[in-house]
Amino acid sequence: MNIGLLFVNLAGLALIGLIVWYFWLYRREGVQVTEVGGFQEATITVKGGYDPDVIVVKKGRPVRLHFNRKESSMCSEMVVFDGIGQSAKLPEGETVTIEFTPEQKGEIPFQCQMGMLRGKVIVEA
Amino acid sequence: MAIPKTRILPPEQIEANAILQSTEHSDVDEETAAHRREYVGLMGKFWFAAAVSIPVMLVAYPELPWFYLPNLFVREVSETLIRGLFILSGLVTLPVMAYSGRQFFTGGWAAFKHHSADMNTLIALGTSAAWIYSSVALLIPGIFPEGTATPFYDVTAVVTALVVLGQALEVRAKGQTSQAIRKLLDLQAKTAHVLRDGNEIEIPVEEVLVGDIVIVRPGDKIPVDGEITEGASSLDESMVTGESMPIDKKVGDEVIGATMNTTGSFKFRATKVGKDTALAQIVKMVQDAMGSKAPIARLVDVVSSIFVPAVMVISILTFLTWINFGPSPALAFAIVTGVTVLIIACPCAVGMAVPMSLVAGVGKGAEHGVLIRNGEALQTASQLKTIVLDKTGTITKGKPELTDVIPAHGFEEKNLLLYAASADWRSEHPLAQAIVHGAQTQGAQLIEPSSFEAVPGHGVETVVDGKKVLVGNSRLMSRNNVDASKIAGEVERLQGEGKTAMYVAVDGSAAGAVAVADTIKEDSIQAVKVIKDMGLEVIMITGDNERTARAIARKVGIERVLAEVLPEDKATEVHMLKKNGKVGMVGDGINDAPALVEANIGFAIGTGTDVAIEAADITLMSGSLKGVAYAIEISKATMRNAKQSLFAAFAYNTLGIPVAAGVLFPFFGLLLSPIIAGAAMAASSITVVTNANRLRFFKARAFAS
Repeated sequence: MNIGLLFVNLAGLALIGLIVWYFWLYRREGVQVTEVGGFQEATITVKGGYDPDVIVVKKGRPVRLHFNRKESSMCSEMVVFDGIGQSAKLPEGETVTIEFTPEQKGEIPFQCQMGMLRGKVIVEA
Repeated sequence: MAIPKTRILPPEQIEANAILQSTEHSDVDEETAAHRREYVGLMGKFWFAAAVSIPVMLVAYPELPWFYLPNLFVREVSETLIRGLFILSGLVTLPVMAYSGRQFFTGGWAAFKHHSADMNTLIALGTSAAWIYSSVALLIPGIFPEGTATPFYDVTAVVTALVVLGQALEVRAKGQTSQAIRKLLDLQAKTAHVLRDGNEIEIPVEEVLVGDIVIVRPGDKIPVDGEITEGASSLDESMVTGESMPIDKKVGDEVIGATMNTTGSFKFRATKVGKDTALAQIVKMVQDAMGSKAPIARLVDVVSSIFVPAVMVISILTFLTWINFGPSPALAFAIVTGVTVLIIACPCAVGMAVPMSLVAGVGKGAEHGVLIRNGEALQTASQLKTIVLDKTGTITKGKPELTDVIPAHGFEEKNLLLYAASADWRSEHPLAQAIVHGAQTQGAQLIEPSSFEAVPGHGVETVVDGKKVLVGNSRLMSRNNVDASKIAGEVERLQGEGKTAMYVAVDGSAAGAVAVADTIKEDSIQAVKVIKDMGLEVIMITGDNERTARAIARKVGIERVLAEVLPEDKATEVHMLKKNGKVGMVGDGINDAPALVEANIGFAIGTGTDVAIEAADITLMSGSLKGVAYAIEISKATMRNAKQSLFAAFAYNTLGIPVAAGVLFPFFGLLLSPIIAGAAMAASSITVVTNANRLRFFKARAFAS
């Protein structure tokens, strides 16, 4: 095996490691909500993903998530909170608010209809 | 719209109504417009990419004969010319990536920032890898082994064109899938004729207030929900309830907005406007259901969350395998197969399969007055083993009707009915009312009784036309010393058929018997048959005695009857049945609510304009049992459709990716061109959407005539 080929192989394997780490192993940090008049609020930009995509809230108090979609790709047209039975259409350029009160500690995932874009609300005690 | 200035209205309320209604409508309009823009934009990108692709492809195969057409371009193709043409190809392909393929790069990058990857990532990587490799090969061919420095810009251009075309067609097909909501909203009337200050004025439907008197003429659309105060007509409610026969309506009856008046004229008082109308509630329910997830889709979620990075890993492994073990030129093979793997993988098809079918199926249900609450309800409904039908009001009409008039020897049927009905005229008992109504329908001119006494638990004792007329049970006859033995046999027979039979005596002698019964709805028989044909067991549940219950069950073709079940025990019975498989319970949503909740699927028979029945997983807008049969049929069809798409998507990827990686090469020398991979990828996601669209043409047996 010549040096060039060895290098290519090593680079390939390193790339695989990088992909595994970056997409699967990396733990994202949650974003804290801001308190506005008794509501725990966060604004989420929708563009190729949810930004921020992990939101940390306290249980028992109402949460307001403002989704602002900044792209026309149909993939992100809808946001679905399957666990709490809510969903909303997100027209481009408009802010759509999802409101709920988490009663239990845990995670409330949300995603686009096809499940390609994902985010979650972490409910803390 | 000319609106007289004289009207006095609370402006806030009008505004609120207007906003509620117009947002619903404009949302959908806007969505349609957004889809349209997206489609036009994508098609523009496609045409550009396609236009560039043609010359780039021609250049990519310089051995093709067109180069050598005598005197057309050149007599002899020199190395320099080919190199020049390739450089030109590379340059014109750049704007294809930057314009036509822009969303792949922006989308892929946005996803990347979120530590995720999607279809955009794969296409962006695939097309740019092809372009970069080609450019390096062209500019510094020396770094590559002999024979591998061949550019393939055509892959970048053609794949971009194909995938963009696929996206455009997908946008269009998706628009069709969700047409149901659009159709529902289009049912809404635009204006209403209302009485204000004694004058009739025409106003936009958004401005109709609760309490307004609305005037409806022949052929008019009913603008909002309400109750008839004057006049009568028959209404075509098919667009909302799915019931094809026009329904007769009189004073006091409910009318549903968006339904169509036929030939009568009437006035009604608006009871629900804006977002409270049945139509608005239906739209909301359908939208919610379309945004929900079927449990089967949750399995897919796991796959789609790891799919794209896994494809990237496979692509690298493919590259490494070819470069290490592949035939010469190894690098060229490695690069082409690696790119082909990236391009052929189609996460979209996998992710879209279930939601697309769900949207189409839920919409189709709504068209026939069947409102499915969510994806979970739809999936469960497709797996039901048993359907429990409440008897009264579900299988039957829920109110007694005159069924038999049997005169004793020496009496005429017509007179018997006249006396019986006249005697009952002033009675408020529902059975008495049924006799009166039956006689009136047959054209009898009833006579006001000169004396009337209701004897509780027995019947009525009256004087009609100077004769003493008794209508009631055997106890009433013996109390008055009437010998009823000659008609007792007939009465017993009628009771055996599940009817309520009453003796009639005129001036001390038995005149005959009349019977009333809760009659079955005409279409119950067909509905039960359709449900049974789908392999479900149909069970009737009722508080009635065994004999009455059996008689009705026999008529509609139900073998298993749970009779004499107290209302509070219905839920327990349903619970027991669940041991043998999933149970659907059909009831009225109010009295049967606990049983509906207990069942795996509660079907509530809608009562007019109350749409969102809490206890129900599926609401049937019309009272017909055909809705139940249809709900099960469409659920099964939708799930079948979703599974087909899912299977196709998985099969496509599990076969396509290895073939793209070249597993067939050692055996058959078969290798996939990245361009074919691009076409396959685009086709696979269109196939999924198109398959879902097939549901729009679903023909149900429940509605077959």
